[in-house]
Parts: sequence; structure tokens; C-alpha cells
Amino acid sequence: MAEPTHPAAWADAGLWLAAALIAATIVLGLLRVERGPAPADRMLAAQLLGTGAAAVLLLLARATAQPALLDVALVIALMAAVATAVFVRRIGVQAGARGPGADAQPDSPPPPPPPRPPVP
Amino acid sequence: MSGVVWLDALSLALIGAGVLFFLAGSIGLLRLPDLLSRLHALTKADNVGLGCVVLGLMLQAGDAYELLRLVLVWLLVMFAGSLACYLVAHSAVTAEATADAASPAATATAAPAASRDER
Repeated sequence: MAEPTHPAAWADAGLWLAAALIAATIVLGLLRVERGPAPADRMLAAQLLGTGAAAVLLLLARATAQPALLDVALVIALMAAVATAVFVRRIGVQAGARGPGADAQPDSPPPPPPPRPPVP
Repeated sequence: MSGVVWLDALSLALIGAGVLFFLAGSIGLLRLPDLLSRLHALTKADNVGLGCVVLGLMLQAGDAYELLRLVLVWLLVMFAGSLACYLVAHSAVTAEATADAASPAATATAAPAASRDER
């Protein structure tokens, strides 16, 4: 098995920079977690958070030459999958929770109630 | 060693493309108006962003085991992302349809959950 090679200095700096930028996008996603109107919006932001964390861990595993961080990234990816599936099963996406874009259309009045079947 | 330098440069370019996709997905998640458009922005960041980062890191991988684990992370995230996006979108569309058909305050997601239990 080959000795794990460490990248060059500028490539190393690029890895750290990319990890920092992805961490900044995670902070942007946290804004959506904080303000998202529906639980589904928060859950989507949390899923982006999980993917971003996996990407940061992959980059840091290479930058610090510690391959054990790859296993941490694997676990985080698995957890994100389970989290969203459990969310949809247990809570679900509520009707009318599709945000202000869906609510701001005034041209769709609520449908009239269905006519009752005639009583014989 | 110029081949190694070119490999590092290509790897960093791919990682930079992945970072751009992550940034675009996060901005889309913040600025797009409703749930399904946010889902659209999120899946791009998930699949392509992490895919570009993993491809870039694969070019620098030291041995085959590390490379295998990188591919495994990518496959797992793609599987999880497609599964989660299908579940969320299906639940949203079903909830809308149920709310349109019946009274809006009904428990909208009870029916698909129950039908999923029967398998």
C-alpha cells in the first residue's frame, strides 16, 4: 500500500479555501432554517447542510491527510438520508405550505363544496 | 513532476466548480419563492456540487481504498438526495391534491402514509 501523499502547499491552501467557502454556504442555509415558513423548508435546508458538511469533511480529510474523516462523512451522509425519510413519514409536507409564491396567487378561489348526492 | 502539478490544478478547478454549485444551491434555497423551486435548487447543489468536489478529490487520492470511500460517499449522497427529494415532492403534491379535493384542514398526508404501511 502506498504511503499517503500530502498535497503541495498551494493545492493545500486551495482545499482549505474550498472548505471555508462551503462552510459559508452552510451558514447561508442556516438562514433558511431560521426563517423557513414551513417545516419542509427547514428540512430541505437541513439536508443541504448535511451534504455541505460531508463535502467539508471530504476536503478536510485530504487537506489534513487524515483519511478517517472520510468515514465521518459517510456517517453524515447516511444520517441525512434517514433524517429526511423519517421527517416525511412522521410529519409530512402540510398542504398550503409551499411558501408565499404559492399563496400569492389570488386567481384561484377555493373550490365549491362537492354537491351532495340526491336523497331518494 | 509537471504531470502532478496539472493534476492538482485540474483537481482544484473541479473543486472550485463544486463550490460554485454549493453557493448557487444555497442562494437558490434562500431566494426562490416556494417549496418545489427550493427543492430544485437543492438537488443541483447536492448532486452536482458534491459530485464535482468528489471528482476533484479523486484526482488527488492516495490509494484505491480512499478512492473507493470517496465514491461511496458520493453514491450514498446521490441515493439519499433522490430519495428525499422524491419523498418531499410526492408528499407536497399529494397534500395539495388532497387539500383541493377535500376541506383544507384535513390531515393531508395520512392517506399516502397509510398506503405505504400496507407493503
